Amino acid sequence: MAGKTNGAANGGGQTPVLECRKLCISYFTRAGEIPAVVDFNMTLMPGEAQGIVGESGCGKSTVALAIMQYLGSNGKIVSGEIFFEGRDMRTMSEEELRDLRGSQIAMVYQEPMASLNPAMRIGDQLSEVPIFHEGASPEEAMERARKMIASVRLPEPNRILNSYPHQISGGQQQRVVIAMALLSNPKLLLLDEPTTALDVTVEAGIVDLINEIAAEFGTSMIYISHNLGLILETCHRITVMYSGEAVEVGTVNDVFDAMRHPYTRGLFASIPLPGADKNSHPLIAIPGQLPLPHERPTGCYFAPRCDFFVAGTCDTGLLPMREVPGDDQHFTRCVRFDELDWQESLGKGISQDVTPPGDVVLRVDDMTKHYEIEEGALFFAGEKKTVKANEKISFVAHEAETVAIVGESGCGKSTFAKVLMGLEDATSGEVLLGNLELGDLPVDKRNPETISKLQMIFQNPFDTLNPSHSIGGQIGRVIRKFGVESDDEKVEDRVMELLDIVKLPRDFAKRRPRQLSGGQKQRVGIARAFAGNPAVVIADEPVSALDVSVQAAVTELLMDIQRENRTTLLFISHDLSVVRYLADRIIVMYLGQIMEQGTTDEIFAPPYHPYTEALLSAVPIADTHVKKRHIVLTGEIPSASNPPKGCPFSTRCAYMIEGTCDVTPPPVRDISAGHQIACHLSVETLDAMEPVIQLGAAAAPEPDVETV
Amino acid sequence: MFKLIGRRLIQMLLIILVAALILFVIFDTDDFKKRIALAELGNFGVSTMTEESYQDWLAEKGLDIPFYQRFLKWGGDVLTGDLGHSFEKDTAVGPLVLDRLKNTGLLALFVFALMIPISLTLGVLGGMREGSGLDRSLTFFSVFTTSIPEIATAIILTVVLSLGLGWLPAKSAMINGFDFSQLVLPVLTLVVYDFGYVARMTRASMAEVMTSQYIRTAVLKGLPYKRVIMKHALRNALIAPFTIIVLQLNWLLSGVVVVEVFFEYKGFGKLLLEAALFGDIYVVQACTLVAVIVAVLSQIISDIGYTFLNPRIRFA
Repeated sequence: MAGKTNGAANGGGQTPVLECRKLCISYFTRAGEIPAVVDFNMTLMPGEAQGIVGESGCGKSTVALAIMQYLGSNGKIVSGEIFFEGRDMRTMSEEELRDLRGSQIAMVYQEPMASLNPAMRIGDQLSEVPIFHEGASPEEAMERARKMIASVRLPEPNRILNSYPHQISGGQQQRVVIAMALLSNPKLLLLDEPTTALDVTVEAGIVDLINEIAAEFGTSMIYISHNLGLILETCHRITVMYSGEAVEVGTVNDVFDAMRHPYTRGLFASIPLPGADKNSHPLIAIPGQLPLPHERPTGCYFAPRCDFFVAGTCDTGLLPMREVPGDDQHFTRCVRFDELDWQESLGKGISQDVTPPGDVVLRVDDMTKHYEIEEGALFFAGEKKTVKANEKISFVAHEAETVAIVGESGCGKSTFAKVLMGLEDATSGEVLLGNLELGDLPVDKRNPETISKLQMIFQNPFDTLNPSHSIGGQIGRVIRKFGVESDDEKVEDRVMELLDIVKLPRDFAKRRPRQLSGGQKQRVGIARAFAGNPAVVIADEPVSALDVSVQAAVTELLMDIQRENRTTLLFISHDLSVVRYLADRIIVMYLGQIMEQGTTDEIFAPPYHPYTEALLSAVPIADTHVKKRHIVLTGEIPSASNPPKGCPFSTRCAYMIEGTCDVTPPPVRDISAGHQIACHLSVETLDAMEPVIQLGAAAAPEPDVETV
Repeated sequence: MFKLIGRRLIQMLLIILVAALILFVIFDTDDFKKRIALAELGNFGVSTMTEESYQDWLAEKGLDIPFYQRFLKWGGDVLTGDLGHSFEKDTAVGPLVLDRLKNTGLLALFVFALMIPISLTLGVLGGMREGSGLDRSLTFFSVFTTSIPEIATAIILTVVLSLGLGWLPAKSAMINGFDFSQLVLPVLTLVVYDFGYVARMTRASMAEVMTSQYIRTAVLKGLPYKRVIMKHALRNALIAPFTIIVLQLNWLLSGVVVVEVFFEYKGFGKLLLEAALFGDIYVVQACTLVAVIVAVLSQIISDIGYTFLNPRIRFA
């Protein structure tokens, strides 16, 4: 039986905690039945951690909700079975399910803030679990909650228990949700994108916690994520899903290093792993886009995007899972997996010459942006608080150069973009575009030429296009506004030209935004930004809202247009992997200040600023050959309205020198021309740091723990 | 919190001053003065009056001095607790307004006592299971009752319950002192008109809460359904309707003119209407004063209640 799961192989002594057999789940809408998950199999043994990866709409969250038997009124398990410890969950009564939920099976959700009741104290929300599952007394339950809060490493358990969810940070909220899930010591923990809404350094702490829990309590886990690097750090086995189907199942090492499905291979080729480089080793995007559920082809769902498609073989009937010979734990849905040469390199993509940077285009000198917040009063001004959003930012950007601004939420990178775009005035300092001072020139006072010279690509393509105008109309309007063309026909020509540049079909000009996918919308956003031949384009997380397989294509497109037009790109991001791939120079920001800046190579190699070091270690890398030093920051990012007195990073820094770092702002040390580190540590100490990421080291799924 | 209340109270004072001044200006026209004279002296009395005796009459009534002086004097009097004298009813305004306010308050009290439990229960039940049969019939019923104007409801109820079945008196003038049976029809009319609105707001809010992620968390924690509803959903679902309920208080105390006039119920709205038609300036002023105070107070109550229900905006 090809559909049989791997569970049979090691199912001898133990009963699996969870077994899904040929699970099919559909949603029923007015348009009819929409199959969300097709033929899903999984066997989870006690203490095992399995990952499910896939892009949005691939059905990974649906699997989790189906295990919980919570599919809403229009979702239904059409066929197949789910066994929890040998008991068929589909035949359980509502009462039996209630007993399982929260006690035997617990779940951790993507958005901790939305998952906690805003009007209930955390202590009450936690103590409910023992009260209702074990009949504990309220005092006893609260005591258990207190202990659990402490064991998920939250400071001041009593204060947390008495707080409402909005009074603690996102990372703390997620720890609370995890504590809630663990209170009754569940057999199975479902984690649905548990760190996606969090900053990387906070994410690293949560991942650490999850790994410790697995070791300590022996909980079986299903870890759902779109991030392959996170799966590598947390799981033993992995299921890769595509468009409702599991396409490949195997141990982490098998799937990462010896994948046997073209989609898995394409996925790895399209994420920026160390070693990829925009010039010599560009990403290879998977062509096309995810099919909508009702547009899935017969046979292999990946066929329209697959290079190895063979008519008559790949497009016949439902394809079963096949076992990869010589390895009893590895399955793939590819019909042709034994015909294909998996050793053959995917090709390197077309390598490009390095574009030499030109003259200085943008110069930022001691730019500072403070917000004053007034504590309300009757008529008189109350106490004023200053939020230091940007503090003495200085850097230059050259023509055709990509400068990345990296930092976590609240580091001031968006404020900086606002000042540059003229949406906010700089408090002091200079921002020079060519010879023009922009710091105190709001956007409504800028002339069209200046505006067209400085354009922005926004993070969320879904909200930035006007839903009631056609794509062509929106791009055309920009062209007229910038005074590029005014003649209707010429505007039309330019719109078509721009659509060609962003590789969209010309008839898209007549479409409305809702008819476009996320990646296509972002292409329109890029076309809009480049409509007036800008000198500088600010890209604020331009691909972070897109699916992994689409990200690569959009990133490559952006690089191509930039190379063509010799545009300066300011790339704002929190994702160091993308930044490493495409940036020429990197600026690392923390709490409104520049901690370190230099070329990409300088940032990724010692000497590091301690914050850069932690940031590099925190980013999950989906490569079994990368060995990372493990550094996990403690504490939370301080509030910008009440920053630490000396160095902003001093509250979380492992190298903190008491009496110096927490009192005096750090000096900016010039390591080499253009490489600056703002730190009290001597150059010798900085120089002595060891590299965080080492390539080509032996496969090491469990890195050494060096907790700081 | 205290700052907010202080700010609201100062706003209230400003609104009162501006509104009073505007009213003095409006009622200062000759037309209104003549109207008072007509009502008091009769058509014949006014037509035989010489210009001089008319001026004397004005002086006697205190209507000859400019409006801004009257405004200032009125302001000073209000501070000492004197609200002036009614031309029409020839009594002190203070006790008159107080008495009418008491009547309207009684009406509002019964309406609230009946409407709030009904509409909240129905709204919560409907929103709990969105799209169910109960939900749909409730939605239909509440839209139906709310879309009928008060006057039509009043007529229908009177025709059926009073003229047809003879169970209740048709008018609520209460000439022989307080009579509870006379209060039933006005209360019913208002409840029928208003409950659908509050119920639908509650339903929408409840339905939204039921789809929220924290309800999913609560269900997947394995809590009994009753606990999910009572402890997790209810409080969050009541935040939005609460403001609307408090605003109903404002509407009931100063705006149920139609119902009061129809049933001849001696309430606040009826008094205001009569005074405005008559040009009874000091009664209008006193009523405005009360209306503004009620409006601002209900606003303050709603603010305080809101912060109590919603910890996210609780003040430091």
